[in-house]
Amino acid sequence: MCNQSVGLIQRAVEEVGISTVSITLVESITKRVKPPRALLVPYPLGYPLGEPNNPTLQHAIIAETLALFECDEAPPILKASQQR
Amino acid sequence: MGMPFLRELNPIIRFFMRYYPGQRYLTSPNTPLSLPLNECKVALITTAGFYLSEQDSFESNDCSYREIPNSIQTHDLFGGHKSSAFDEQGIENDPNLAFPIDRFKDLENDGKIGSLNHRHFSFMGSITKPKPLIYKTAPEVAQILKADCVDVAFLTPV
Repeated sequence: MCNQSVGLIQRAVEEVGISTVSITLVESITKRVKPPRALLVPYPLGYPLGEPNNPTLQHAIIAETLALFECDEAPPILKASQQR
Repeated sequence: MGMPFLRELNPIIRFFMRYYPGQRYLTSPNTPLSLPLNECKVALITTAGFYLSEQDSFESNDCSYREIPNSIQTHDLFGGHKSSAFDEQGIENDPNLAFPIDRFKDLENDGKIGSLNHRHFSFMGSITKPKPLIYKTAPEVAQILKADCVDVAFLTPV
């Protein structure tokens, strides 16, 4: 339920006028909670940034997540990561 | 897009995650980015359940939060969410996996973001009764970040 909690907190923060992005591991939960912008990553629970001690991969995932701010669509924006 | 990893979970957790009624919304709030990222003040929020040695640990269904100073070293983060739903070895090994503070310090040093806020926030993840989170603690953290003049929040589950 971590992914639900993230979405709920994200909604609250966005509502006070702060722009937000998040990572999600569970598509069905994020589709229900509809945080404004989320990147769906292809990793197991416990591994939202891919691998421990892999700064290159972690940076790539963060860059993809921050790129959601440049998306022209209206929220909710849910994109799949290009990482494997 | 699918959820191939769900196959790796035990059947009870898999059933719970698929059919738990949960919160459902029809629309999203929307605050578009008003500044370039390299001028934004950024705060991190994690639901990995990290806390500092002098802070209380989290209990189950705990909607409270812990303030994590930006000056923290990742080896000083305690806890990390314990759950039978996932393997916690990754975040024990490298908290950046769910609280990427070292990565964001890199981005700050490289000028990719304006600055990091002086504090970040950690929540617990497995909350099946989220009303106190929705109506009290999440809005409280939102107001704190607003008072800190934070422009962007980056959120990670575990």
